[in-house]
Formats: sequence, structure tokens, C-alpha cells
Amino acid sequence: MLIRCEDLWKIYRLGDVEVQALRGLHLSIQQGEFVAIMGASGSGKSSLMNILGCLDQPTKGRYWLNNVNVAALRSDALAEIRNKQIGFVFQNFNLIPRTSALENTQLPLFYRGIPLREQRVMAMEALRRVGLQGRERHYPTQLSGGQQQRVAIARALVTGPSLLLADEPTGNLDTESSREIMIILDELNKAHGMTIVLVTHETDIATYANREIIIKDGRVLLDRNTRADLQQLSSEV
Amino acid sequence: MPVFILLTVWTALRILGRNRLRAGLTMLGIVIGVGAVIAMVSIGEGAKTAVAQRVASMGTNVILIFPGATTTGGVRGGQGGAVTLTVADSLELKKRIPLLSATGWGKRDVMQIVNGNRNWNGMVNGVSLSYLTIREWSFASGGPFTQQDMDSAASVALVGQTIVDNLFNAGEEPVGSIIRIKNVPFRVIGVLSPKGQSSQGTDQDDIIFIPFTTAERKVLGTQFLGSVGAVFASTERPEDLHSAVEQIQEVLRQRHRLQPGHEDDFVIRTQVEIGKVQEGASETLTLMLFAIASISLLVGGIGIMNILLVSVTERTKEIGVRMAVGAKRRHILAQFLIEAITMSVVGGCLGIVLGIVGARVTSVIAGWPTIILPNTVATAFAFSIAVGLFFGLYPANKAARLNPIDALRYE
Repeated sequence: MLIRCEDLWKIYRLGDVEVQALRGLHLSIQQGEFVAIMGASGSGKSSLMNILGCLDQPTKGRYWLNNVNVAALRSDALAEIRNKQIGFVFQNFNLIPRTSALENTQLPLFYRGIPLREQRVMAMEALRRVGLQGRERHYPTQLSGGQQQRVAIARALVTGPSLLLADEPTGNLDTESSREIMIILDELNKAHGMTIVLVTHETDIATYANREIIIKDGRVLLDRNTRADLQQLSSEV
Repeated sequence: MPVFILLTVWTALRILGRNRLRAGLTMLGIVIGVGAVIAMVSIGEGAKTAVAQRVASMGTNVILIFPGATTTGGVRGGQGGAVTLTVADSLELKKRIPLLSATGWGKRDVMQIVNGNRNWNGMVNGVSLSYLTIREWSFASGGPFTQQDMDSAASVALVGQTIVDNLFNAGEEPVGSIIRIKNVPFRVIGVLSPKGQSSQGTDQDDIIFIPFTTAERKVLGTQFLGSVGAVFASTERPEDLHSAVEQIQEVLRQRHRLQPGHEDDFVIRTQVEIGKVQEGASETLTLMLFAIASISLLVGGIGIMNILLVSVTERTKEIGVRMAVGAKRRHILAQFLIEAITMSVVGGCLGIVLGIVGARVTSVIAGWPTIILPNTVATAFAFSIAVGLFFGLYPANKAARLNPIDALRYE
């Protein structure tokens, strides 16, 4: 089991008002799944993604990632987990401006302390996998939205993470670019067995996933397989 | 980690290169601060050395004794307010203090000196024979007066270079000619070698020496025979100055019958002391300039802090991304610290160049001696690193403490 969440609570305090973003959520995701998380805004899906991505800690509850109880870790240990086990793809790409595609892709390796030469080789390979060979020296402003998102995917997969978190990855893209991005994600999942957790509110994007989870009021409202051949997987959940 | 630091320095340089104007303006404070420190300290060191040379030119082992303040019925005269020193005092000192290699005496006044149709007001000194050796005067032409001149109160004079320049035509031989001091004709028997400016800034060559006896009887006049304006003494070795001064004080207090508790009616000065005062003055100057330079370094540092705070805010999202892909707090901290230090070090290097150029230009234009010490440059460089480190710490810490989610969401 890659991800196991038990009784996750996330409570924010805005002045005197207490917001319960997650209310005792349970969730398990196995290695190699392609999960789409859906839900209205305010449903708690962003809070869930932040916790799954080790960017945030739950107020209460436990979260095991690769059998490590993440909820008990401190910020440096979380940074290390993000660096080694998680790749992020964001809606607005979040590339570092005025920095080439290659250097953007190298960034996680840089923080891992890998020698520069090796960083280059690994980043080139990652960019090739997302179909950006020949554009390594381009700056984000010289790339289209779809290309920028592909750089972001290259950056996410360059470390070989066990989990790829994509938060509305097609939210800022046109239909054609969206399709390209989803094909890349699908390929990563199918051919390389990378676990992908995708947050989206577009149903046609969600259809690329094998499993659909709908969050409402901080709990899982619906959890179903969308592919018959994977029926067996979800029955274990 | 070295790879991390190198790449971060490289990134920092690129970021600075992108905002050249902004970085330049930010570094200006450091540039001026470091430049000022180097230029000022160079000038200060130069002045100190020049003072030391001047003091040496006056003879380092010379003791000067002046008549001092006397108190009569509660009324205190100022320095030289009474004539308390005499030729006899000087002779007695020589006799009773073996440390003293020579003592001499003199009195002086500004007098009009005439040669043909030219005149000049110069310092006329009536001095004992030994005075010339104590003060180490040498001759450009001619020679000193003799014991015989002294005994007979002969009308002979030794003139300094400034007097020669002002009383004689170019090419005219002063030795052997007759000049008039307060209408008394004097025969010039020697021209003194130039000594230049004294440590007090007076022209040491604007001077005439005549035998003390002649001065007393024919030119300067006297309150009573044997009263002197100053007593001079010298020791063989400069190290003996201190004990010689103590013994002189003791002998003079005895001779002047001063009760314990009464003030000295004389003042003893040594060239070392005078030099120390001068050095102290130039040290004060250096210290003041150093304070000014420190303030501009401080202002420069605050400039760096300010621009880094702006930078942290501008790049909040970038910080969030870096954290998301695995940057630890110390990575973010190091990144901004290195940026601050890069700025202050680049500024510091420019400042060092500016300071050296400034010192050289001062040397050429104002004619002041300047000395650039490697120590000063090293200290200035170290200071600029320290300024970057100190003022970078707050913004860098602010960046490192950001919450990754808030940073990522920042617009």
C-alpha cells in the first residue's frame, strides 16, 4: 500500500471561525493506481492534496506513505520525502522564471546533492520522455503553456518518485494541450507504473484515471473504479 | 554541499545581472563605505608616517623646558607669565645630571631684518653655543659662531633658508654680507641647511641665530641678565628621555625652592610627547573617518537588507516551488544569504578599487602622502562579507520560515 490515510482531520482557524476542511477522511491508494480526485471547491480536496504531498500536516489522524507515518515528521524530513518520493505538477506550471527548461528540471536533483554532470544527464532524459528534446535551453517565456506543463512533468519525474501529484494540471491549457498532457500522464502510469493522483473538476479529464474519488465536506463521498479491468483493485479498498 | 554553494553563487550572480540597476544602486552604499574606509585609512596612515618623520627631523632625544605659570598671591600667570629660567639653571642641570649630553638656552622674538632695500620680519633667536648641536642644525655654507663670539657678544648671525630667500637676490652670497636686525648691523657667517616644516606646521627655516650674549645686550633686551626663554637639553639615547625629564624636574624644583604641593613654575616638553600629540590628533581623525565609513557601511547593509526583503516577497512563489521539490529550510536560508554576501562582496571589491584610486588621486592632487596597507584592504573585505552576512540574515530567515503552501499560493 502506497498511501493509507486514517481519520484525517484538517482544521483551520480564521480568527474566531473554525473551518473543518477534512473531517475524518479515510483513503488508501495502491502502487500503480491512477486516481482522479474530484469535488466542488471547498470540499477539502486541496487540503487533502497538500497533506498527501507532504506540504502540510494533518491536524489529527495518520498518513502512511510507503509505510512511513508522515504525520509525525518535521519539516526537513518532509522536504526529503517531497524530494525523493513525490513529484508535483501544478495548474499554473510553477516553473522558476528566467531559468531554462533544463535547469528547472534539474532543480530536485540539485537539492538532492547529485553531481552536476549527472543532473544534466538525468534532466535531459526526463525532458526527452515528455517530448521536449531540443528545447532544453528554452526559458519558460519561450515555451507554450503545454510545453511548460511538460517541463513541470519532467521536473516531477526526474527523481523517479513513487507518487506523482497533479493538481488541476490541465486547468490552464486548451483542449489539445490538455490531451497531450493527459497522454503523457497515462503513459507514465501504464508503461512505468507510476502512481498518479490527479485533482480535477473536468469529467473528461477524470476519465483518464482508473479510479474516481469524490470528496464532499471533508469526507470521501464516492470511490469507484472507472475501468472494468481494474474492478478487482478497488474491491480491496 | 560545495556544488550547492557554487551553483547558488552562480544563481545569485545571474539574478544580480538581471537587475543590474537595482543591484548597482544597492551595492553603492557598500562601494562608498569600503572605498571611504580604504581611502581614509590610507591618508591617515600617510599622515602618521609624515608626522613621525617630522618629529625625527627635530631630534627625538631633545628636551625643551619653558618658563611656566607662577602663582603670586593667588593670581596665576599663564605659561611664560614669569621669567623663571636662567642660564644658571641650564648650567646646573648639565652639571648635576650625567644623563644629559648637553644643555643649551635661548630666547627669541620676531624682529625686522633689513638687507639693503629689502626687509623681512623673522624669528631672531639668541642661543647658546650648544643649542646648534642639540637641535642638530647643519650648515649649507659658512659655519657656527664661536666661544669667542659669545664672550665678546659679537654681531654675527646665522640665517635660515627662508631668510636668505627673502632678503637676498638670487645668486647673491649671504655669507660675509651685512644685515641689520633692529638697526644693529650683523655680519652673516653661516647659512643653515633647510629643515622644512615642523610637526606644528611652522617653517623651521624662517629663523636667524645670533649669540645669546649679543641678543641679551644688543637686540632683544632682558629683564635681568641671564634670563632665558627656553632651556634645551639632550640625552645620548632616546630611552633616557623619561628619567632625564624626572631628574630635571627634581633639580629645577630644588633650585626654584618650590615647596611640595606647589606647582612647577616651568614646563618640560619632549619631541616624543609633541609627536604623540600629533599622532593622537591624526589617530582621532582616522577614528572619525572610520566612524563615518562604518556608518556608510551600515547604510549600505540596510540597503542590501531592504532589497533582499523585496526580493523575498517577489520570489515567494519561487521559494514555494523550491520547497515543493525538496529544498530544506537551510537551502533557502543559504540561497538568500549567499545572494546578500555576493552583493556585499562585489560591492566591497568595487569599493576597494575605488578606495585605492581615491587614495592615489588624493596623493597626486592634494600632495598628501598615502599608504595603502594590505591589512586595511583585507579588513575592508572582511567587513563587507560581514555586512552581507549580518544584513542578509533577517531576509534569508524570513524566506526560510515561509510555509510551503502559503508560498506556493502567493500571487
